[in-house]
Amino acid sequence: MAEYTLRLRRYDPDSGEAAYWEEHTVELEPHRSVLEGILQAKDRSDGSIGIRCSCRAAICGSCGVRINGRPDLACHKHLRRAEKESKDGVIEVEPMGNMPVIKDLIVDMEAVHWKKIRRVTPWLIPKQPVPEREYIVPRENMVDVTQSMACIQCGACVSDCLSMEVDPEFIGPAALAKAYRFVGDPRDDQHFERLEDLAEDPHGIYDCTHCFQCIDACPKGVAPMSQIMRLRRRAGNDFDIEDRNNGERHEASFVSLVKQYGLLNEAELLPRSYGGDSPLAKFKPAAAAELASSLPVIAKALLRRKVTPAAVFAPHKLAAADRKAIKRIFNEVEGREERLEFNIYISGRDEDLL
Amino acid sequence: MPAHDVLIIGAGLAGQRAALAAAEAGASVAIMSKVHPVRSHSVAAAGGINAAIAIDDDWTEHAYDTVKGSDFLGDQDAIEIMCSEAPGEAMHLEHIGVTFHRNEKGELDLRAFGGASKKRTAYVADITGQAILHVLYEQLMRHEATVDRYEEWFSTSLILDEAGHCTGCVAREIRSGAIEIFNAKSVILCNGGNGQCYKPTTNALICTGDGIAQAYRVGAPIMDMEMVQYHPTTLAENGFLITEGARGEGAHLLNAEGRRFMEDYAPNKMELASRDVVSRAEQTEINEGRGVGPDGQGIYLDITVVPRKRVLEALREIVNIGRDFAGTDITREPIMIRPGQHYIMGGVKTDVDGRTPIPGLYAAGEVACVSVHGGNRLGANSLLDTLIFGRRSGEHAAARGRELAMPGAPTSRLREDESAIEEIMGRPREGRRVSEIKDELGTTMNEYVAVYRDEEGLTKAHEVVHRLKEESATAYIDDGGRVFNQDVLGALEVGYMLDCAEATIVSALERKESRGAQYRLDYPDRDDEEWLKHINVTRGDDGEPEISYSEVTITKWQPEVRKY
Repeated sequence: MAEYTLRLRRYDPDSGEAAYWEEHTVELEPHRSVLEGILQAKDRSDGSIGIRCSCRAAICGSCGVRINGRPDLACHKHLRRAEKESKDGVIEVEPMGNMPVIKDLIVDMEAVHWKKIRRVTPWLIPKQPVPEREYIVPRENMVDVTQSMACIQCGACVSDCLSMEVDPEFIGPAALAKAYRFVGDPRDDQHFERLEDLAEDPHGIYDCTHCFQCIDACPKGVAPMSQIMRLRRRAGNDFDIEDRNNGERHEASFVSLVKQYGLLNEAELLPRSYGGDSPLAKFKPAAAAELASSLPVIAKALLRRKVTPAAVFAPHKLAAADRKAIKRIFNEVEGREERLEFNIYISGRDEDLL
Repeated sequence: MPAHDVLIIGAGLAGQRAALAAAEAGASVAIMSKVHPVRSHSVAAAGGINAAIAIDDDWTEHAYDTVKGSDFLGDQDAIEIMCSEAPGEAMHLEHIGVTFHRNEKGELDLRAFGGASKKRTAYVADITGQAILHVLYEQLMRHEATVDRYEEWFSTSLILDEAGHCTGCVAREIRSGAIEIFNAKSVILCNGGNGQCYKPTTNALICTGDGIAQAYRVGAPIMDMEMVQYHPTTLAENGFLITEGARGEGAHLLNAEGRRFMEDYAPNKMELASRDVVSRAEQTEINEGRGVGPDGQGIYLDITVVPRKRVLEALREIVNIGRDFAGTDITREPIMIRPGQHYIMGGVKTDVDGRTPIPGLYAAGEVACVSVHGGNRLGANSLLDTLIFGRRSGEHAAARGRELAMPGAPTSRLREDESAIEEIMGRPREGRRVSEIKDELGTTMNEYVAVYRDEEGLTKAHEVVHRLKEESATAYIDDGGRVFNQDVLGALEVGYMLDCAEATIVSALERKESRGAQYRLDYPDRDDEEWLKHINVTRGDDGEPEISYSEVTITKWQPEVRKY
């Protein structure tokens, strides 16, 4: 047994008072979870502490919270670990972000999370005709979609999605991971329609900024950002969907610039994202218009020395040998018969393969 | 006042399946749950769902295995229905999107499971319950127009009209604290078992027997309540479930001597004997000093004999559980387990269409007792039970609704429940805390109403539960608020749990033989002459449980000696 102090964020909507912090000391073995700590405080001293919880084993997805500022399930974090990660030896627990708080640690998931889930047509649209027995589909596909099926809808990824903070309308990591569950399912009849919809939506797949927060946040290894990137590859590479958000062109230009220079050439990236992946892109009307409208930003960047005029005309390049090495990586990856996708159900984490 | 043809209370697999079936049959449907549907305890079902879909399999073999697993207490007409309809139900799930894992030919893959003579368990890694639950919820979202969802509403009581017909329920919206009457032509209880009567248990905190107790309180008989399943592999550390799929994939059970002791108890099926048999064997090993761990209270489950790649693909969830909750890499070392409370075979007595003896009241899933599990449930038969009888209840209730006008809704129940809730919130801080009562109930049940039982222990448990019932009448809570007052709901839940526990104890005292999950040290043999019958408990006029019996339905399979 050891003693732990929990600092809980309390909020009582009935009281008319603002939210406040409250400390509780609990006594439990170090490998017990933060949830068990909260439940002990609830049982022994204050039954009014509000937290959704049910299974205690990281499968029902009820107890999403922020612990020491990071999203997790309360049942999924050991007290010892949480104490170690705390800034002052007190384990801080507060409600998840990006969703309105109802009471204490309870947030309104319906208002944000579930609304977004419903946005992606979250059911199978089966290929016709429906067979008498099961659909015959490759074994690998069903193992593959297990990673997104493993999502327990806890909202931890939504809580800390940076894009959603900036654009509350972003469909978001959980709902897009759910979308992959259908796009990756060979029984679904609407792969193209789903992908086109998510690519054309200004708050869709190209609204993600690759920040990795959702991968860190997910207690189940769903890796929502990886699923979003797979949606992009399916949309851009497999279905050649050129979206009005310039997402596909931006991504293609990004890759080909790195391939060419070894480094990103920012001055080229903007025109190509609008005008297509070619050195002549800047002369295309779409790119020229975008360049013109971006002049104030470009001017600011020049003033602050984020870009130099020299770099625009003579982009930085890696040494020839390094460029060659990078090309080799491209050839190696692009030369594969199958696209390699990261999926813990198939390959496991790196250490799993040892 | 919301009024529907069919009101479903509980939104796990049974509830969602019932809702979809009733809606498809044209009924207006409401589905209510005290948690968001995907938080329901069905989500924890790991290993899979049984269906005789292999070419060399036949539903009659599945039925026989189930009858034998039940120690011949299961009703064979119901078992025949469940097993013969299983393949169709599995295909239906596949068609609506469940991502069942496939074999090399792209057909549904099947894994071995306890008490089964063939491989007949379809699965999604070891998250089968989760996968099916989430897919059914996808369908509920799809059928939003025909199924009204009342998520995070807590039903407090069932309502009966003057003729004794069930016409709805009283429920409290957890978020606002508002209380309301839900009117319906038929009500289907789908709100699960009462595993929280035990501590530890694999069951979620929400499994507090609400439906069993609410039906019991309005006069419905509850049956087979003495039959409480202890799962052979729960984490020694904290009672979490380690799926039977692990043994299905080939894992071994080892005692302190490092020996596969199951060869002494079930030489043919070894680790894959019925759950009651394996749990008893483990408990015997522990009691006789061959347990492992610092206090000798554990058994080793050795999953390292299963190829690592297969474990990562098919048993990923227990890799996580081992890592996160026991600090064990199950692919490299054995993990310490022990038998732990897992499932309630008993419940509200129903027929094969989910009907209870109270007109208009149905039950399906763990809350119900059809009885397809009898003395012991086979692994991967519970998901099947929820889906088959959830669907049948939904269809039957929808058809019933076509014949009826919307009944009147007496409002007295609402006022009673409202004042009961106010009374609890206003109690002085003089008695015990509600949480203390719950805790004492759990440890008492786990000590005396467990794998091995006898008259002395059961009597002791009975006394404790009696005392706890009295104490609960004055037990106090802290929260006096309106919004998300989980404290007051917890007090109501403890009341439900005490009713369920009492029924379990009086039934276990009554059954003076050993059958299935009930093993009486003072009556160690099965006694078909005297006890091949169900024990029913109803609430007497004085509030005390009354016992009666009902016949076991036998169609094809006469009782025989049960060996694995």
